[in-house]
Amino acid sequence: MSKHTFSIGGVHPHDNKISRECAIQPLPLAPSVYISVAQHIGAPSVPVVAVGDKVKVGQVVAEPGGFVGAFIHSSVSGTVKSIAPRADLAGRMATHIEIAVEGDEWLEGIDTSDTLVTAIPEDAKAIVDKIRLGGVVGLGGATFPTHVKLSPPPGSKCERVIINGCECEPYLTSDFRTLLEKGEQVVVGAALLQKAMGGVPCTIAIEENKPEAIAHIKDVIAKLGYSGIEVMVMKMMYPQGGEKQLIDAVMHRQVGSGALPISVGAVVQNVATALAVYDAVQKNKPIVDNSVTVTGECFPKQANLLVRVGTPLRYIVDYLGGVPENAVKIISGGPMMGRAVANLDAATVKGTGALLFLTEEQTKRAPESHCIRCGKCADACPMGLEPFLLNKLSQAKDTEALEANAAQDCIECGCCLYSCPAHIPLLDHIRVGKGFVMSAIRARAAAAKAAAEAAKAAADAKK
Amino acid sequence: MSSTIIWTVAVITVLGLLLALVLYLVAKKFKVEEDPRIDEVEKVMPGANCGGCGFAGCRAFAEAAVKAPNLDNNYCPVGGNDTMAKVAAILGYEVQAKAPMVAVVRCNGTCEARPKVNEYDGFASCYVKSLLYTGDTGCAFGCLGCGDCVSACQFGALSMNPETGLPMVDQEKCTACGACVKACPKRVIELRPMGPRGMRMFVSCINKDKGPVAKKACASACIGCGICAKTCTHDAITVEGNIAYIDPAKCKLCRECEAMCPTGAIHGVNFPKPLDKDAIKERIKVRQQKAKEAAEGNTPAVAEKKADANGVAAADVSASAKKIADATADTSATAKKIANATAEAKVKEDKKDE
Repeated sequence: MSKHTFSIGGVHPHDNKISRECAIQPLPLAPSVYISVAQHIGAPSVPVVAVGDKVKVGQVVAEPGGFVGAFIHSSVSGTVKSIAPRADLAGRMATHIEIAVEGDEWLEGIDTSDTLVTAIPEDAKAIVDKIRLGGVVGLGGATFPTHVKLSPPPGSKCERVIINGCECEPYLTSDFRTLLEKGEQVVVGAALLQKAMGGVPCTIAIEENKPEAIAHIKDVIAKLGYSGIEVMVMKMMYPQGGEKQLIDAVMHRQVGSGALPISVGAVVQNVATALAVYDAVQKNKPIVDNSVTVTGECFPKQANLLVRVGTPLRYIVDYLGGVPENAVKIISGGPMMGRAVANLDAATVKGTGALLFLTEEQTKRAPESHCIRCGKCADACPMGLEPFLLNKLSQAKDTEALEANAAQDCIECGCCLYSCPAHIPLLDHIRVGKGFVMSAIRARAAAAKAAAEAAKAAADAKK
Repeated sequence: MSSTIIWTVAVITVLGLLLALVLYLVAKKFKVEEDPRIDEVEKVMPGANCGGCGFAGCRAFAEAAVKAPNLDNNYCPVGGNDTMAKVAAILGYEVQAKAPMVAVVRCNGTCEARPKVNEYDGFASCYVKSLLYTGDTGCAFGCLGCGDCVSACQFGALSMNPETGLPMVDQEKCTACGACVKACPKRVIELRPMGPRGMRMFVSCINKDKGPVAKKACASACIGCGICAKTCTHDAITVEGNIAYIDPAKCKLCRECEAMCPTGAIHGVNFPKPLDKDAIKERIKVRQQKAKEAAEGNTPAVAEKKADANGVAAADVSASAKKIADATADTSATAKKIANATAEAKVKEDKKDE
């Protein structure tokens, strides 16, 4: 069995998949849910319901605010109580639609049965449109609207669809459980994505630490008989689930700085997204829930829960017995790229994949010492950057040099920080530097746009 | 032997003279004509190269000042009016004296007033912290307390107060260069006029949340209740977006708003007398009563009364002027004490390290 991985950098943290045996269980409905209008990359959605409206599960409550945007559906049935700003995970204010739960009544036309629909619609455009109406966004963490990814710009051609089942972040097991329990639906979802991109081949990439999932998906593919779908067994390596890394590992092609995956003919979608695509196209079911891993060595009740979008985190934690006493940090997402939760009253969004509880011992940062120029960070960087250099440049606020050294390409995977023997907070500084470069790039784009408009106005005036 | 020495000296001397001639001619030929006034202006500049004027350094400021048709857009906040008068004398321009400015920290959220709701264990930088989340207190607007402003200050005018967790401005050292204003990711610091004898009023809060939310996060937050704006007889206070703002140009330093503020978000500094809240409240009550009576009776009396009230306030200020000198002496004495204390603390730390 040949194993594939990406060509540069990467680290190999202990995978700690302690919740791998926990089957996905539905979480009972919370008394109220708070649905954020900004749960995807792009313009925030615009609420289309008013306070006092009765809504059903799957009803649209907010419409996209632009092309890069997504529909948001009610995840429960009940009454809209308020549309007001509410703090998210990081404490930042965003408009949330509060819905008081009354029963569990689904909108007509949504197929809630378990029957597997394997017939693939003929019209690729109709598939993409159904994905758009289903509010599907990339559930791997970036929450980029899926229909935008599936509408490549003119001139670019997709050659392969990659389904990302790597789940390279330690602790997380929701994708693994999805592959095991809903493998058929994921494969049908993959076939739908294949069709949407014009019948190109499809690879489902799964890391070697999930042998049950690999065997199961291979069986399902053989059983369902779709052509052009294969399973690729990946070597365990973080950050294999990164879009550019996965394309390198599967297709041996490198996506250039600032370029999109489609420029090398690839479209990457997560396992959970493939399932959401299946639901949206075959069952008319928009994204109203997603599976969340709740885990951590100090957490007594490991679980994979099917959580309705907008459920307050505190409700999930209380359902599983509350925050353990020795837990000092709660992370939304995995330990490498997840963000610490500053506000347990925040509600889940479509992209919430995990809640991880860590003890003081696990989270404590060792004191920073001097760089010894060992180069481990440069070896570990999967983007081929030089973190030690970017660290210095960022502290010197040298935006030009940062851009010349491609700070904007940093994917914030944390491999440099993980590998640094001097415990230098490399990622913190590089993230700052990346911010400098991104704002410089944006300022340049805005200036160029203004100049073009001025030139156009001058030309019009001459006429 | 001796001839060798003579020959060596002669050759080196001739060579030296020839090269000197070449250098002289080249220097003459390629000389860059520069306005000699640039050097003169640069000489009178403070030489801090802080960038507070908006130029890359003192030399760049001098070049710009010499080129500019007047000095309206060029002002050195560090050197202040004295330096600008010298610059104006060199260039033959006129310059209008500007009121000296000082950095003011508009956050009042001490450790007691604004309890922490989580603990930040990342890199100690306000900028890094602000990229990650809104901060470790319930207030999403206030000071993050990592001291980016302190490290940005070239003049040692800022220091973190360990008791309050907030930065303190030493107004003697502050040059109003604005480096701290730029360094603060939350825009907590504002440059305000120093005020007569250092006396100034400001709202020490920028929390734009609605009253109850702000109050829950911080006991001394401005809740946007508008009492100050209603109290102010000089039309100096505006409440916009749940936050009050005192216009320093209009403020007459009567301290009525400070006395009336329910949360203590309004601060008056360098006043000679401590704030007598009850007396001021009584004064306001009497004034409002009279205004009411006047409104009920007939209108013309109001204008007179108002003028009277203003007169009293002005008299108050001038009467207290004498005591101010003492007060300033006091402050400088305390400053010295603080300096001593810090020195001691440093010594202690050093010892610990050993």
